[in-house]
Amino acid sequence: MSDGDRFKGYRGPTRALLEREGAGVWSDVEVSTSRGLFVGIILPRSEQADDRHLVIKLPNGYNVGIAADLVNRITEIGRREAHYKIPEKEFPVDPVKPRVKLFGTGGTIASRLDYRTGAVIPAFSPGELYGSVPELADICNLETEKLYAVFSENMGPEQWLGTARAIAAEMDKGVAGIVVGHGTDTMHHTAGVLSFMLQNLPAPVVIVGSQRYSDRPSSDAALNLIHATRTAAWGDIAEVMVCMFGPTSDEYGLLHRGTRVRKMHSSYRSTFRTLGEIPLARVDKKGVYPLRDDYHKRGSSSRVRLADHFDDRVSIVYYYPAMKPDIIDSLIDNGYRGIVIAGTGLGHVNKPLYPALRRAHEAGIAIFMTVQTLWGYVQMYVYDTGRDMMALGVVPAANMLPEVAYMKLGWALGKTADLEEVGQIMLTPVAGEITAREPFDGYLIYQGGIPEVEAFLKGVLR
Amino acid sequence: MRSLPEPGQLQECFPLADLIPSPRRTPRPEYLSAEEYASLGLKCGVEVHQQLLTAGKLFCRCPARRYSTDHHASVLRHMRPTLSELGEYDGTALMEFKTKKNIVYMLNRETVCTYEMDDTPPFPMDQRALQIAIEIALILRCRMVSEIHIARKQYLDGSIPTGFQRTSIVGVEGAVPFGDRVIRIIQLGLEEDACREVSDRGHWRHYRTDRLGMPLIETVTYPELFTPWEAVWFGQVHRLLLRSTGKVRRGIGAARQDVNVSIAGGRRVEIKGVERIPLWGPLIHYEAMRQKGLLTLKDELTRRARPADWLTSTSRIEPAAASGLLPPEWDDGHPMAAVALPAFRGLLSWPLGGNRTFASELSDRVRVVACIDQPPNLIHSDVEPNAWRELRDATRAGEEDALVLLSGDGDDLVTACREVRDRCLEAWDGVPSETRQVAPDGTTRFERILPGPDRMYPDTDLPPMEIPPERIEAVRNQLPPSPWELASRFHAAGLSTRTSGYLARRRDAGALGRVLLDDGRDLSECLIQSFLPMWDAGGGRDERTSRRVLSAADDGVISPKVMPDLFTLLASRPCDDPLTLAREHGLAMLPPEEIKTVVVEEKAEGDDDGLFIRVMRRLGSRAQADTVLDILEDLGVAP
Repeated sequence: MSDGDRFKGYRGPTRALLEREGAGVWSDVEVSTSRGLFVGIILPRSEQADDRHLVIKLPNGYNVGIAADLVNRITEIGRREAHYKIPEKEFPVDPVKPRVKLFGTGGTIASRLDYRTGAVIPAFSPGELYGSVPELADICNLETEKLYAVFSENMGPEQWLGTARAIAAEMDKGVAGIVVGHGTDTMHHTAGVLSFMLQNLPAPVVIVGSQRYSDRPSSDAALNLIHATRTAAWGDIAEVMVCMFGPTSDEYGLLHRGTRVRKMHSSYRSTFRTLGEIPLARVDKKGVYPLRDDYHKRGSSSRVRLADHFDDRVSIVYYYPAMKPDIIDSLIDNGYRGIVIAGTGLGHVNKPLYPALRRAHEAGIAIFMTVQTLWGYVQMYVYDTGRDMMALGVVPAANMLPEVAYMKLGWALGKTADLEEVGQIMLTPVAGEITAREPFDGYLIYQGGIPEVEAFLKGVLR
Repeated sequence: MRSLPEPGQLQECFPLADLIPSPRRTPRPEYLSAEEYASLGLKCGVEVHQQLLTAGKLFCRCPARRYSTDHHASVLRHMRPTLSELGEYDGTALMEFKTKKNIVYMLNRETVCTYEMDDTPPFPMDQRALQIAIEIALILRCRMVSEIHIARKQYLDGSIPTGFQRTSIVGVEGAVPFGDRVIRIIQLGLEEDACREVSDRGHWRHYRTDRLGMPLIETVTYPELFTPWEAVWFGQVHRLLLRSTGKVRRGIGAARQDVNVSIAGGRRVEIKGVERIPLWGPLIHYEAMRQKGLLTLKDELTRRARPADWLTSTSRIEPAAASGLLPPEWDDGHPMAAVALPAFRGLLSWPLGGNRTFASELSDRVRVVACIDQPPNLIHSDVEPNAWRELRDATRAGEEDALVLLSGDGDDLVTACREVRDRCLEAWDGVPSETRQVAPDGTTRFERILPGPDRMYPDTDLPPMEIPPERIEAVRNQLPPSPWELASRFHAAGLSTRTSGYLARRRDAGALGRVLLDDGRDLSECLIQSFLPMWDAGGGRDERTSRRVLSAADDGVISPKVMPDLFTLLASRPCDDPLTLAREHGLAMLPPEEIKTVVVEEKAEGDDDGLFIRVMRRLGSRAQADTVLDILEDLGVAP
């Protein structure tokens, strides 16, 4: 064991103490302190924690910290190293079941503890997955491939392009469906860009994750994975979808179209919602139940069309009152090629920004307007300010969600530098990112406290 | 820094039986003698969970102890086992997973937020709760940790929506004085309370979430209690210690205990969630008897067969084949199965204390694991053996086989047959480690397999929290006097040990100590007799006035007898001088001259024989007998 492993995470006075006493991580010890004796196993220390405490796992399983300056003596009486391993079993193959490919990008479908940081890091292998979610074998023949191991906030163009290419290659080999394991924070960004990069899908692409780590008994990971593989193996919807909890209860998942979905709560299980539309389908352990029929059906195209290009010189500007033009100026100066504005109301920004927007337009930057209300269309004809902005070259992007518009603009600029063509691409719906009609039940944010809402909540498992 | 009496000195310091009467004075008829329990090798330890008196919950900002009977929404969850930090699955967790329960949490707007629903990560720990926990850890003489690490302790029964309890250790290796010895403490933990179970039927379990998340401390003792009554006595001592802080909750369910019991050759069995300390006694006794029964059963079984050769056979049974056997409750068309248990003939009715037999053990497992919970959930051939002739033939069961008949839904029936077999196999091993719940008749029922350290996992949502030494010392300097210390001081001030013990175990002992002892006065039983009515009638809420009345009695301004009257007057007119007020209302002691005048008047009225009585009757509490006798002597009258 190297010194780094032996003193994992320990620095300063505590490390000096361990060195002096000849003990290290995983030593079974008796620690004699000025407060009395503590018995247990020395655990690694989180690197962000201070350097004055020793962490001991007591025989009852609890961990405690002991200040190094209280310690008189450490006696090593043995060693016991932890081998944290999800039980791995070979995934059983059944020739009559459909083949599903699970790509891992990171996220928390399966995870384990990281002693270095004290946080949970994702773990991913088919055997591990089968070991923890054996129900998957009842649904399909699962193959897995780890593409990346990144937290979702670290996903970027390289990972989007790589994932799209891997999916296309797998589709070409003939697969019943694809599941992509993904961290939830930017799941809707990836869903958006994959919707543009993967067109004419012959089979479902289901993006899934979990809001509760799979290291906890109440995790939504297993059920989400069951729902996602069920959708990929048996579902009829050949689109890029997000599959996450419908209600917070362990009841059913919802399948959201990749271009109309958004994470709407920092921690709820039911955080993903379809905005401005209704979800594509409901899914439970037994089946997939479409809620609408205007989806791209399985088998209606034979070959996926891969459009793998992306230019990341694009930014979202979330407008706020009193915003100064230097925000726009800095984008111009830094060579950005596209800006998506999330404007107020129907799509507005203040007047002081106008000259900067004009300069941006003249510098050849494509500028599109979306709404920070998230629901509803940009409408720039209603007020003068809107018309003024269009004159400056700001293009209204209908009811495209700001994050989706960002992804689409990067994708369009990756294909062409021709601004006219970019404009055309942006305003032509590819995967439901712009819709012609907003249904009356596409915007439902029930307010608590209203008697009829309370009656509804009391009557259902939410 | 105030020092607690050393445990070894406590016997000299104050007799425990006068602080808390020993429960042995009222033994229960079923109890064995101390020697008999000793020869069984009975050992008990307890885990006491005590709610703390805080305004809010431990990891969110919801109010604590606001219990409700209605709910506004419900959430459905299932629990899956996960690995421990050391990479093991916990046996309990796997068992709970086998039961496949639908768990419904009933949410009340006033008492829960999204934290309790497990839809929001924890907020930092309530500092008031931690402060109280530090205080109690010091009172229990624990070795304090320097840094609190929050752990997740898995509970797959659903009693906590996360599937784990957030729990932490504040101190280890403490000691509670117990007569001439100490009971050692393994650990003092600070943790969140669980849900209240509403119902558990079939595959559905319902919980109320109002109690969930309230701060609790858990005291875990070593198994150093050796008779049922000793355990009860210790429970009362420990409760008194916690209550001496004035910072723990009281009332039904505010303290709940788990009792760990084992006998020699048996195993630790944990009886969960006992709400009354006196109940510990019979529970411990019956568990000792159950373990004794299981050990003799093991011997008998070992004589009859070896587990390696032992094979059960299970057959589907049509109702016609078992006519005459079936209880009326089974008339619901569920499929039935018979399990033949070789070598078990007569063993299913093996007595296990109270009204329980080995068949009760099988029935418990079927109820809990297979969720077949309507009694009777099994019948067996040790009851009315002759009626089983036909079924014996039909299932080709051997002469020495016992037969168990079960009824239930498809999957549940399969689970039930498997559980019957598994529990019988465990009989060769003697006493399984398990947790048991209290039945209404004072016996216990199987709840689940005893969980081990494998269910612990560090909580990654909150970083470790340092408890600096200065904080510990600040709490140590403010510790309330222990009940022993108070009792000793009352005793030293002149009270009997029984009265001293009574005062020290009162809920307001701390305030009583301040008012009665701080001025260094001598105490008498007589003074206390007059003082307590005043104290209970309002003096306890008005320490300042109580002190003024007491010092009026000290100074001889009034007789102790009129303290309650003077208190009433003084409490309504706090600005007045006690002496003036007492004089105004005829409560004050008379000066000797005035007494002499009365004596002279009375002497003129009659003969000297009854003079003292007549004077005392007339003056009542306004004169002391001593003073009157002195005056009589001066006048040459000798009564």
